[in-house]
Amino acid sequence: MIAVRDGTLPVLKPFRLAGTSPPALRLNARHGVLIVLALAIAVFIGDAQAQPGSATPSILETLFKWTPLLGQGFALDVAMSFLAMGIGTVAGVFVGLALLSLRTPTRGLAWVVTQIFRNSPWLVLLFYVMLLMPFELRIGGLTIPLPDWLKATFGLALPVMANVAEIVRGAVRSIPFGQWEACEALAFTRRQTMWMVILPQCVRRMTPPWMNLYAILVAGIPLTSVVGVSESMTLTGDILSSEGRNELLVPMYLYLLLWFFIYCYPIALATTALERRFQVR
Amino acid sequence: MAATATPPWTPDQPLVRIRDVYKSFGDNVILGGISLDIMKGEVICVIGPSGAGKSTLLRCINALVPIDRGSILVENQEVHDPKLDKLALRRKVGMVFQQYNLFPHRTALQNIMMAPLHVLKRNRAEVETLARALMRKVRLEGKEDFYPGELSGGQQQRVAIARSLAMQPDVMLFDEVTAALDPETVKEVLNTILELAKEGMTCAIVTHEMGFAREIADQIYFTDRGVVIEHGPPAEFFTECKDPRTKQFLSQIL
Repeated sequence: MIAVRDGTLPVLKPFRLAGTSPPALRLNARHGVLIVLALAIAVFIGDAQAQPGSATPSILETLFKWTPLLGQGFALDVAMSFLAMGIGTVAGVFVGLALLSLRTPTRGLAWVVTQIFRNSPWLVLLFYVMLLMPFELRIGGLTIPLPDWLKATFGLALPVMANVAEIVRGAVRSIPFGQWEACEALAFTRRQTMWMVILPQCVRRMTPPWMNLYAILVAGIPLTSVVGVSESMTLTGDILSSEGRNELLVPMYLYLLLWFFIYCYPIALATTALERRFQVR
Repeated sequence: MAATATPPWTPDQPLVRIRDVYKSFGDNVILGGISLDIMKGEVICVIGPSGAGKSTLLRCINALVPIDRGSILVENQEVHDPKLDKLALRRKVGMVFQQYNLFPHRTALQNIMMAPLHVLKRNRAEVETLARALMRKVRLEGKEDFYPGELSGGQQQRVAIARSLAMQPDVMLFDEVTAALDPETVKEVLNTILELAKEGMTCAIVTHEMGFAREIADQIYFTDRGVVIEHGPPAEFFTECKDPRTKQFLSQIL
């Protein structure tokens, strides 16, 4: 007999294997702030070591001077990450559903696509897309230019798609079989069951891994600098070569790292918080 | 719906007619040539030891589980037919499960409304009126906007009954619907089913509640290893059963 006294369905509680509890050493918000502080101090010390009284502006001044440009580059990073995530998610949901298809050819094709894009280096995929996609699209008389950053975004959307597909497949599989049975008994079609009953229940389960994937994607966006997109990483290189000061090298890249850290860290925190909330309930 | 070659069903024929049905999962024989009839308005209870194929039998009636051999007619429609319109069959056959299987992301009222709205494509206002009436019928007035997780097991099971009734089925299948419930909530669910039976709903009930079976059933079927060992109206069944297996089972359970 299962206790239903508290009014919750035991079946619907998230299942957790014994021994998979998170490791004892956990990073929390405090640690994040400490890391940021340590980086700031490192920059400050570097600054203090700069020769006083010389005509060259201090490191902090230089960083400050280039902040607007770096911000522009970073804005492009964020825009690319949004777009890649959006395209990858929509495509990934459909590939994920294809992975669950009852038709063997569909399932097989989706499996091959997922495995290829999940298990290839992002940089290699990026190169392929840059090489294979034309620089403009001609549809009838209309010419749509495809700038590098857009092509690179498509390139990064591919691994996102494959990973989202796996997230969707896993989440659908985790829904109790009774939900399918109940829908069948109520004469729902398979499609209705999937879209009205199964997928809405999956959203909760999919959110933390999806956010995690987004944080990984953001960290991967500077890869596009290798194929010449002028995002923050490329701009940092440009700034350094125009300044021509060796002592700027470490602080400048640290500064860029901070931008990413400050953007990604809250996402990581929110993911952990959501995960914890979904586990407890 | 496409016209079928089978003659139209008339109320003097069994609503559900099961003949020599076989079903195995691998080497495991679940149904070994089971036969029984359910007339319109009749309530049958299927009892028997665990693993006797009782749940499988119910699942075969609405084609959740395909059968290997034999015949199941629901209103003269052959269920064991590859061309069967499963959705049409399932509109006629309602089913309630041991684990309720409510949709946790929808409220009680929405749970009831979903199938008539999206399967039968009925008008929303009409469906909502029906759903509210059903909530009253299962004595859950005021709980319309509660999510399944906020309801007790017995309340959830009554919502599940209402959800199934919303499709206005001709026959209801109950698969050990009180087996997962706390003893104190069992009664409210059984009372709901009892009221339903009194209104003339045709019911096939798999249960371990002998007192309930005795009270509600027109016919009791004792099954073991996928066949009906014996059957009869409750008054005779419980006092005059002849087969040693039935006697042994009843002595263990009563």
